[in-house]
Amino acid sequence: MGSKAKKGPNKVANFFSPIGKFFWNLRRMFLGGSAGTKLSYLIFGAGNFYHKRYIKGAIFLLLQVGILLFMILCPSVNGTPYGYKALLNLGLGNLEEGGQFNPATGEFSTGSDCKLMILFGFVTIAAIVIYFIIWYKNIQSSYKADMDKKIGKKPTTIIEDLQALLDQKFHITMLTPTCIAALVFTVLPTIFMIALAFTTYNSQDMNNLGTNLFHWNGIENFKAVFTGEGSLGVEIKNRFLPVLSWTFIWAIFATLSCYFGGIILALLINKKGLKGKKIFRTVFIMTIAIPQFISLLAVRNLLGQYGPFNAMLMNLGWTSQPIGFLGLNTSDSEILAKVMVIIVNMWVGIPYTMLMTSGILMNIPADLYEAARVDGASTTKMFFKITLPYVIFITTPYLISSFVGNINSFNTIYLLTGGGPTHVGYQAGGTDLLVTWLYKVTIDQGSYNTGAVIGIFTFLITATITLITYRRSKAYNEEDTFQ
Amino acid sequence: MSNILQPKKVKSQSRNRRISLGVTYAILGVMSIIWLIPLIWIVLSAFRCEYQPDGTFIGTVTSNFFPRQFGLENFTKLFSGTYYGVDNAFLKWMLNTLIIAVIDCLISTFLVLSVAYCMSKLKFRLRKPFMNMAMIIGLFPGFMSMIAIYFLLKSIGLTGNPQHPEYSVIGLVLAYSAGAGLGFQIAKGFFDVIPNALVESAKLDGCTNFKIFRRIILPLAKPIIIYQALMSFTGPWMDFIFAKVIIGADNARFWTVSVGLYSMLFGTHPDTNLFTQFAAGCVIVAIPIVTLFMFLQKYYVEGVTAGAVKG
Repeated sequence: MGSKAKKGPNKVANFFSPIGKFFWNLRRMFLGGSAGTKLSYLIFGAGNFYHKRYIKGAIFLLLQVGILLFMILCPSVNGTPYGYKALLNLGLGNLEEGGQFNPATGEFSTGSDCKLMILFGFVTIAAIVIYFIIWYKNIQSSYKADMDKKIGKKPTTIIEDLQALLDQKFHITMLTPTCIAALVFTVLPTIFMIALAFTTYNSQDMNNLGTNLFHWNGIENFKAVFTGEGSLGVEIKNRFLPVLSWTFIWAIFATLSCYFGGIILALLINKKGLKGKKIFRTVFIMTIAIPQFISLLAVRNLLGQYGPFNAMLMNLGWTSQPIGFLGLNTSDSEILAKVMVIIVNMWVGIPYTMLMTSGILMNIPADLYEAARVDGASTTKMFFKITLPYVIFITTPYLISSFVGNINSFNTIYLLTGGGPTHVGYQAGGTDLLVTWLYKVTIDQGSYNTGAVIGIFTFLITATITLITYRRSKAYNEEDTFQ
Repeated sequence: MSNILQPKKVKSQSRNRRISLGVTYAILGVMSIIWLIPLIWIVLSAFRCEYQPDGTFIGTVTSNFFPRQFGLENFTKLFSGTYYGVDNAFLKWMLNTLIIAVIDCLISTFLVLSVAYCMSKLKFRLRKPFMNMAMIIGLFPGFMSMIAIYFLLKSIGLTGNPQHPEYSVIGLVLAYSAGAGLGFQIAKGFFDVIPNALVESAKLDGCTNFKIFRRIILPLAKPIIIYQALMSFTGPWMDFIFAKVIIGADNARFWTVSVGLYSMLFGTHPDTNLFTQFAAGCVIVAIPIVTLFMFLQKYYVEGVTAGAVKG
């Protein structure tokens, strides 16, 4: 890993050198390989047949035939084809208007299905990439057999190859399931949604225009965030900055309040001579164990208009009318709702930090305190000079990840306030974060392109924060020295 | 040490300590009460059995914290009730969730362990790029890909399939567990602590990497296996938004229990007075999960702490 740590002008070269190496290898293997290897450039597995490794050769050949058939025959699902036709469809030209559009389900009855066209186009591109990876592996495997022969070694048999999968190449065996699953269910959907940000896929707009089809429209949606064009444009433009700044304020307060609250709670629980530590810990762990939708909905109803808390306040005569703590009505105070979600979030988050820091607190070297005590330091001083710096130093990665987690904190907002109080005419309410807004825009309004734009902005924010702080941190840079 | 010379100070110190301990007890006591109030309230509401003067059952939120009358009516209603046209819906939702949770637990734990082991103990060319990729993908909001996963599953008939509505359960399991392998960081942090010397010496004895994984790493990894299994098993009981979108609002027979309970408060059910039944459902769901957590507390804390330090 040492060579990779080099920074500066080498970075570009470092990026391109694998590509150069790749083509250089292709040339070298072609010139230096046997006839079988040369034939492998065209027919997969030819080199393996040449070396009488029939099973391996057959596997390569089958893969080639399979992918080529997939590309040529273009199997189709719901009338949308894969294969080369899917590549042509990616342009979203030659669309066929279908029957009626059902806004309730977001489905088309017949005709071209643009979203599937894009989806299948990407699947086909993935298939092509996989084809070339197999192509390269097939040449490599044949060339390796050539070289083994040259130095008088017997080329590896299929049994040996399989055994290697349990030893030198064990990482391939172990990573393949995750790679396939993540490619299909995480990477592909993410790329697909990014692509939607560059389309006119907005079921409201499409409904108004009486069409089932959408098109590519470049960076229009990104512009609309600032110019306010399109059906959601004005809302997006007027609400984007407030939601963005509230997301930051929320993330900062939610992270810090839970962080320091958790440390204080941990200090209290771990106090020397305190009895019943276990009972207190169990109480707080219990709130973690209970599903959030239960505890948060309970709090929502507890603080709600007809809930016991408001009733108590009215009985005490502190208020004559129920207070809308959580902004569930349009007329409720936005500031109060914002303060309340941060407070309730402390209820959710403090136990987590308490658990984490408890372990760390017990691991602080005792001689540090001993030395400080000899020097006559007070308890307060020791807390600020030893305990706090130590805990903060160790938990910096957690602080960052919990900040990012809070930016994406869907449950707390959605279950407590539902984003409210809602502004008249606008979907994004006073406590809506980018993620809850994204959810409303996509799921409730079917405006997939705008939702994708919001999602991309969220990603850019979290990615910037993470990359800047995380890549500088010790945990990352000395990751392999740790092992 | 100086205490021996100044006995007076010892006395005042011990009194100070007793006062500060007392204050700590008081703060912790108040905090415990605050933390428990919503949970106590849900349990009380579950056993609330109040009737209006005309004899109709009060199932809504009421302003009194303590019920005026206790009973099991909410539970009997919950178990025998028909919700969204599904008979015995609650039992079916529980069973669905249990099936999903068990399968998700098996797949996710396997994926996480295998990836974490590779990243921690094997050396190969694409290790660092893979870790970076996993981190970057993890930064995209999950809800962004959620709708795409729905389209994807729908195109292969694993959700919204009119002939086979039950397939959406398979779809949801895939949606839950497929990306699990990318969340390997905590388990990797755990494996990193296992000394490399152990692996090296096994290699010298001629152990293959597979054998090392099975014979050395896995037996040592019990705490992290339990942590991962606990996390992935409880996941489906806690999540409701993914389940709602993937299974579909009109497929009530195959909902998970959280979607079902959520819909009792916000759904379009004709009988909207369902808060007490919701509370009863919450109690039923929470009891096994809390019990699991309490039994496996040690492992949970270990995993959480590992996560804090390694990020």
